[in-house]
Amino acid sequence: MLSAQARQTIEALKSSHETNQSALIPALHAAQADQGWLSAETQREVGEILGLPEQTVRGVVSFYTMFYQRPVGKHVLQVCRNLSCWLRGGHDLQRQISEKLGIADGETTTDGRFTLISVECLGSCGTAPVLMVNDDYHENLTPEAMERLLTELT
Amino acid sequence: MAGANGNVLTKIVHLPGSETIDVYRANGGYVALPEALKKSSDDLIDMVKRSGLRGRGGAGFPAGTKWGFVPKGTNKPVYLCVNADESEPGAFKDRLICAKDPHQLIEGTLISCFAIGSSRAYIYIRGEFAAEARILNAAIEEARRAGFIGKNILGSGWDCEVSVYRGAGAYICGEETGLIESIEGKRGQPRLKPPFPAVVGLFGCPTVVNNVETIACVPHIVTRGWEWFAGIGTERNTGPKLFGLSGHVNKPGVYEAPMGTNLRTLIEEFGGGVPGGRPVKAVIPGGASCPVLRGDEIDIPMDFDSLTRAGSLFGTGTPVIMDDTVCMVRAAWITARFFAHESCGQCTPCREGAGWLQRLLWRIETGEGEEKDIDTLLSVTDQIEGNTICALGDAAAWPARGFAKKFRDEFLQHIREKRCPFGGGSHS
Ligand SMILES: Cc1cc2nc3c(=O)[nH]c(=O)nc-3n(C[C@H](O)[C@H](O)[C@H](O)COP(=O)(O)O)c2cc1C
Repeated sequence: MLSAQARQTIEALKSSHETNQSALIPALHAAQADQGWLSAETQREVGEILGLPEQTVRGVVSFYTMFYQRPVGKHVLQVCRNLSCWLRGGHDLQRQISEKLGIADGETTTDGRFTLISVECLGSCGTAPVLMVNDDYHENLTPEAMERLLTELT
Repeated sequence: MAGANGNVLTKIVHLPGSETIDVYRANGGYVALPEALKKSSDDLIDMVKRSGLRGRGGAGFPAGTKWGFVPKGTNKPVYLCVNADESEPGAFKDRLICAKDPHQLIEGTLISCFAIGSSRAYIYIRGEFAAEARILNAAIEEARRAGFIGKNILGSGWDCEVSVYRGAGAYICGEETGLIESIEGKRGQPRLKPPFPAVVGLFGCPTVVNNVETIACVPHIVTRGWEWFAGIGTERNTGPKLFGLSGHVNKPGVYEAPMGTNLRTLIEEFGGGVPGGRPVKAVIPGGASCPVLRGDEIDIPMDFDSLTRAGSLFGTGTPVIMDDTVCMVRAAWITARFFAHESCGQCTPCREGAGWLQRLLWRIETGEGEEKDIDTLLSVTDQIEGNTICALGDAAAWPARGFAKKFRDEFLQHIREKRCPFGGGSHS
């Protein structure tokens, strides 16, 4: 169930947008911030508040990579796999995370702390290689900085 | 990050608090807006036309001409969508403006709205730029408190609202009609054109979509005049430009320099050359969709026309530099994987073709390729090009074709030796 606060946030989005549907993406961001991911139930709730059919909501959720249709770990680690990061060792970072945490691309650690996702360009090519931890960018990452970061994230 | 050396678009980005309205105003900010409000819409459009400003989002379409397409007197609201989706691999310049000089963007947005007869702007920013969205939202509130956003702006009788719309992870939403669909709360699947957004855009209303950097140029054109802007760069490629250097350069970063600056100069003088003094093997001049240049082709002015003449594209003006350790087949495959992943699936040639390119390139890279695969690859690019609703299909076809043609020998070497001669590599 969405928290009362999240419901309120989504309600308020209706009046600040031209149509209820144009409030859908902001509403899904709010719902995911509240729940961690977008279960079928959460999607139904969002649809109910906005008066949108279930399949409309599902169609949008499945189109955008930032909307999670499965539970994710507390820290979602997104490593860029595109050119500029590759040229500066982005693939080594991914391997380092995989080996240290024992998870492959798309997997979550059994303790639910980490999810690893390799992603396309994050628009941070001048400070490659880059890793996102939830909403935060970590740029110019070295293997040492990576090691430190993984120990600090509890 | 190195760079950001300029005195127009990046003038204040190194100052502490550059994202605040106080620092922006202390450095000449919000002087253009009151000046613009004294002019007529036609005068402003004419000014931008004469400045020669071409869109910085990739296609180089003249901004003033686009503004002139908005029909007058339709009684419908007019929308401005500022494109901050910045998802083209290699591009990271708009992010700098959003993070470090959001008021420059907001002032440009307001003036552009006034020019096209709009009272409503959306800044569509890719979802991953959460920090930049927060900075922009804070700046919008500052501008509202100062009376630059809202009702009866500076006593002019003109109202304008600006808000930030966060995407949620989809490259295709950078395409202008995909972006519009996304703001409407839909899957970001591009629309057939015509009708063009200037006539039927957001919520069925006239809409202008412009890139962040394009809009950021506007206040400077107002305060310093179109003649000044037109005097920078070359004849058909005017103004200052943000060049984003990444890959194998000593000092990657965003550098401001006139349009038409030589690519070798950018790499050697701004970027500090290639680490270890290694040779430049290849450069993707303007983002992943632009065909690759060989190391011996980099004495070239970085502008729309010069790169088109050279068989490539200027794109977003953000070169990715690769030294002699980089495998061109793998670079092509990484690019193809991106477009296959980002195809919205609407058009068969793009949906299927991009996947084919990715698989063919992987076969060659892993030593399973045959000589005829190169011709198959080229023929797939021919079948995609021009056969899709939006340019994502072309964007997938062009680089694959470019790599295969420019580095055919290296492709053949993979096939004959049945392995990647570089061990798959790029050193890190
Ligand atoms: C697949 C695709 C992705 C695009 N992504 C972006 C983008 O991230 N940012 C951008 O400004 N333009 C992007 N464009 C170009 C836009 O469609 C549009 O031309 C541009 O925003 C217009 O602004 P401008 O005239 O100021 O350059 C993209 C185009 C295509 C085909």
